[in-house]
Amino acid sequence: MLELTSVRKQFGGLRAVDDVSFSVQEGVIKAVIGPNGAGKTTLFNLIAGNLDPTAGTISFLGREIQGKKPHQIAGYGMSRTFQNIKLFHGMTALESVMVGRHIQSRAGFLAGMFHPPSSRREEKAIRDKAYELLELLDIAEFADVEATSLAFGQQRAVEMARALATEPRLLLLDEPAAGLNIYETAEVARLITRIRAMGITVLLVEHDMSLVMDISDEIVVLSFGSKIAEGEPLAIQQNPEVIKIYLGEDEEIAA
Amino acid sequence: MKSSKVFPLCILIGLVIGVQVVTQLTDKTFYLTQLTMAAYYTLVVIGLSVLMGYAGQISIGHAGFFAIGGYLSAALTTHNLVSLQTHPFIQALGSMGMLIPGQDLYGEQLLTVAPWPACLFALAVAAVVALVLGVPVLKLKGHYLAMATLGFGIIIFRIGLATEFFGEADGISEVPAFVLLPSLAGLPALSVSGDFGHRIENYYIAWGLLVLGMVLLLNLIDSRTGRALRSIHGSEEAAEAIGINTARLKLAVFVLSAVFAAIAGVFLTHYNGGIGPSEASVMKSVRYVALVAVGGMANLWGVLIMGVTLTFLSLRGVFGSYDDAVFGTILILVMLFAPDGILSIRGKALLARFKKENA
Repeated sequence: MLELTSVRKQFGGLRAVDDVSFSVQEGVIKAVIGPNGAGKTTLFNLIAGNLDPTAGTISFLGREIQGKKPHQIAGYGMSRTFQNIKLFHGMTALESVMVGRHIQSRAGFLAGMFHPPSSRREEKAIRDKAYELLELLDIAEFADVEATSLAFGQQRAVEMARALATEPRLLLLDEPAAGLNIYETAEVARLITRIRAMGITVLLVEHDMSLVMDISDEIVVLSFGSKIAEGEPLAIQQNPEVIKIYLGEDEEIAA
Repeated sequence: MKSSKVFPLCILIGLVIGVQVVTQLTDKTFYLTQLTMAAYYTLVVIGLSVLMGYAGQISIGHAGFFAIGGYLSAALTTHNLVSLQTHPFIQALGSMGMLIPGQDLYGEQLLTVAPWPACLFALAVAAVVALVLGVPVLKLKGHYLAMATLGFGIIIFRIGLATEFFGEADGISEVPAFVLLPSLAGLPALSVSGDFGHRIENYYIAWGLLVLGMVLLLNLIDSRTGRALRSIHGSEEAAEAIGINTARLKLAVFVLSAVFAAIAGVFLTHYNGGIGPSEASVMKSVRYVALVAVGGMANLWGVLIMGVTLTFLSLRGVFGSYDDAVFGTILILVMLFAPDGILSIRGKALLARFKKENA
């Protein structure tokens, strides 16, 4: 459903992403891994429309999306979370998820000002759906708490609920386990598998190897902007290239 | 509407009626004049509050939109079209009932645009100007947006000052009453005018308009669009990521706030019977920003209370010739000591004391 062909992003003399090609099949959990500075987040920003690629094409559900605005891409059915959580200041957890229903609802300025019965019904549907998602992520008890004042793991969950509220076909998760302890990480792993079970394809960038190896169907490895390997977790673990970039080339360690 | 919104509105309406009754009983109805004007100015300020406080976009040019509304309706309803009577366009307007014939003090023939079409035209122009200005300008952020809107305000100010059609430095006077509703079924006509006989009626028109504006904006904030606006203020990137077209929404709320300012401009001009260049001045725009800030930015009730109170005091002449200086100072002090508005100070101080006592 997502297809990257020779995607390149150049920042001055630096090729942050260098002719990367891969595809994501519907219904899988795919992970992008690599050492710091490998270009993972840049790649995510290219896919989600926050950056425009210097060259190459990105197609999503049969439609070329490079150069499109993030809100358009979100409209096509792709949603994302951020590595450094971006919640809306001054909104409760419930409201934060309700905003996520934006593209699944209609009421405009006039309906907002006059609150006709149709928009009242819609408002109730938005609220119910948002609450349902908070329940799914086990944070319903914090519905009326200001989202930015929640614990880190809960903020992550709110962000994920907000992304799910758009009813995406493809969900991009930017380091969903960053800053979480091992119990919380295991929780996130269960959650991601549940999201896939809902029929949502997942593409994630992650540092935490245990999470990636446990849940991914396929892995893409980036190093210095280039793709150096792609395959199933087991194959990736045994790939000498990958071992080299993660552990170094020291003979003693290799031996 | 939720009871949390209805209750304060009921108090407000009660206060509005109460003040009118008390001033009448104590024979002090002259206060109503400044209260009427304060209501119109506050209409500008609550509109600006949604733009600044909720959508997070600053504008130091809203006096310009107020002036577009006021000047256009004043010019159209006073400019004599008799010499153009034979022009097909004027005849077409006449046949649609958009013109009013009359006579001036010397018995000269007059033909002017009727207030209703003039008002609608003025509002449409304000909306279109906001749209055209907003497309490039709202791509700017922070100081750059402030500077650009400031520049717009200065342009409008200079146009008023330099154009004969808008009365140059004298502005436009003898603006006729704005008959909102003709007399129907024995009820007297409802019109915006500064006549002493219409004082109470105009007080209610102004406050009715302000309460209506308040209801609409409170509703808007608590809706799908309102949440999207607040999300832009929170994180534009995250708002985009969930499919919110932030550029379009910012533009829409800019136009909305401009129309609020223009409505206030039209009504206040008919109420005062005229408008002058000072209404378009930069100091007026700064004053609106100061009132939004002092009210707490994203706090429509705070902005309403501070807007009415300070504007009323200013119009009563309490600040004397330091009037503009007072608003400048207020803006500085609020930014330094109470970025969440004056009304937030007491709450914080109380909370601090409470914490100390329990420590």
